[in-house]
Amino acid sequence: MQLLIAADLGYGAAPVLRDVTLDVESGQRVALLGRSGAGKSTLLAAIRQALLDRGLRVALVPQDHALVPQLSALHNVLMGRLDDHGALYNLATLIRPRRTDRAAALKVLARVGLTPEAERPVEALSGGQKQRVALARALYRGGDVLVADEPLSAVDPVQAQALAGLIGTTFPTSILALHDVSVALTFATRLIGLDGGRIALDMPAQDAKTAAIEALYAR
Amino acid sequence: MRARPITRRGIVAGFLIAGLVCLPFADLTLAGNDPWAALSRMGMGFLSPDFGAVERIMRAIALTLAFAIAGVAGGAVAGLMMAPFYRLRPVRWLAIALRSVHELFWALILMQITGIGVTTGILAIALPYAGIFAKVLSEILDESDRRPSDWLGARVDPLSRFLWARMPLARREMATYTLYRLECGLRSSAVLGFVGLPTLGFQLDSFFRQGNYAAAGAIMAVYIALIATIRLWMRPHAVWAWLIAAGIVLVRVDAPPMGQGALWRFLTSDIVPAPLLQGDPAGLGPWLWDLVAGSILPGLAATLVVAQLALILAGLVAFCGQALIVPRVTGRLVAIPGHLFLVVLRSFPEYMLAYLFLQVFGPSMLPAILALGLHNGAIIAHLLGRQAGGLALRADAPRGLTLWGWEIVPRLFGQFVALCLYRWEIIIRESAIVGILGVATLGFYLDDAISQLRLDRAVLILLATGMVTVAIDALSRFLRSGLGAGRLRARAASERGIALAAEAPG
Repeated sequence: MQLLIAADLGYGAAPVLRDVTLDVESGQRVALLGRSGAGKSTLLAAIRQALLDRGLRVALVPQDHALVPQLSALHNVLMGRLDDHGALYNLATLIRPRRTDRAAALKVLARVGLTPEAERPVEALSGGQKQRVALARALYRGGDVLVADEPLSAVDPVQAQALAGLIGTTFPTSILALHDVSVALTFATRLIGLDGGRIALDMPAQDAKTAAIEALYAR
Repeated sequence: MRARPITRRGIVAGFLIAGLVCLPFADLTLAGNDPWAALSRMGMGFLSPDFGAVERIMRAIALTLAFAIAGVAGGAVAGLMMAPFYRLRPVRWLAIALRSVHELFWALILMQITGIGVTTGILAIALPYAGIFAKVLSEILDESDRRPSDWLGARVDPLSRFLWARMPLARREMATYTLYRLECGLRSSAVLGFVGLPTLGFQLDSFFRQGNYAAAGAIMAVYIALIATIRLWMRPHAVWAWLIAAGIVLVRVDAPPMGQGALWRFLTSDIVPAPLLQGDPAGLGPWLWDLVAGSILPGLAATLVVAQLALILAGLVAFCGQALIVPRVTGRLVAIPGHLFLVVLRSFPEYMLAYLFLQVFGPSMLPAILALGLHNGAIIAHLLGRQAGGLALRADAPRGLTLWGWEIVPRLFGQFVALCLYRWEIIIRESAIVGILGVATLGFYLDDAISQLRLDRAVLILLATGMVTVAIDALSRFLRSGLGAGRLRARAASERGIALAAEAPG
């Protein structure tokens, strides 16, 4: 999939990323690396749009979660599939979810370890729990591609590896911004590093050189 | 950069000068009344309330509550339905038109169509409140977090988007605002009694006419207790019970039936200018001139005189009163009763205050100016006082008057001016209203035209009143934006500021 061709990305006159060309094959698990401010979120936004333009079903985990704090974790997960149904169906779900929908959403919550929190409003959850709700919403949504911006930043390393595995089995293709290089190395099939407003590194994960990755984070 | 920036002091000076100019035109006579005798009779009545007329008192209170709950609920639902579409010009204009007419004026007009009945009472509150709700709820929605809605993508239908990703984020603030509006609705509902609906104002008026001050005192005491405890009895889970109770009370009200086709007659004949109805289009010019020169202009002049003087009084009350409730300035012994005093003045409907002052001072502009000045001054003072109490002061900050002069006044002066400007619009609207009590402001001419059944004239006066309100609104917004938009956003911000201040225990 040729997603971007010589694109300048960013806001206004001074783009964050210049001359970006990106081709992602179906089945790839891509990890985006780079210092904060390197342009990972900008690139992810452009990738998501390009995927949507191709008519693909995309699940998103934004960095700021974009959850509805007043609704329960279960309802936030159920939000993942609102566009599959009409207004009446969704209204009924809001008032009282159908048994099958509820069971499916609870199953996803169980896989991210949030069964006890399912009925609690999201605003009452901790930062790490909120992040897992946001991930569960994307998992429940499912689709061709997952686009996720730091989806594992607030969970502990062991859990991060498990959740990364879950992402790998749920989505055929996934593109994740990750700050934890060790998670990136075990999860991804391809690494893309951003530095200096361009793609500075792009290689299969098994060929990754530690020095090259460290260079991304060096000042 | 503005060539001649509007300064806060410039605005204050401008309003003081305007007040001075108005002073010679103000009718402040005591109209031959002996205020002290009236005041002492009234004071005795309030100090020794007589609950003997309990049946009539409870009925008036129940109806006041029922009209308020039903009217505010109707306005809230209609406003909520308009809020998502507030950006569309027809919706916005409809909302502006609805709220630019005061609930008392709505009642006077609606009575010609639906009679002195339940429909009139509910609609008189629901219609203007719908306009206010539409605006404020749309602002609350706009300010709430948009990211969950963005996450949903473009394919989700608008209703699901609204109910799942917009409404829940705004619900709490909407509920807070609605509760504040219910408090306003209780005031509106009570005041509707003065134009004939069977609420508290009607009962109060008849007690006064009988000279039964003790019963009047009793009904006021119950009313104040009701407003003061609103947060105890109006709970989110009790809303349905209250709505049903209001419905039961209102269904049992019997009112004289209106003839068939009242609405049709109102629209096609009553409000058509008399010369046109009589087939004399040439007479329209003189008719209009007579109306403008004989009613609208004098009414407008009196409205502005009352409003400007009331604003000066409100400013004085607020300027001095803002420190009244700060213990560090006045000491705890004064601050607590001061707080109570401001809360009572604030929660009293200004129209009812004007009515009480009218009983004391007799008919002139004085009761209106006093009522509007004290009520609005207390609102501003209470808001500023709460902020003053929350100011971060250095450990060695002074106390007493020095603190007031050197810390509170300078630090809150911007807020003070902005709040006064915001209340200015409200004071002008209320000045027009108190005309119904007999002060010769726009409301007087409107009431007069209606009682003569010259509804064509009444509607035009109403239109003029609405236009003045909109013009003052625009002028106030211009002055406020000249002061820097960041200081205090649009009216709803301060209105909700009041809501928030009223929400906290106190």
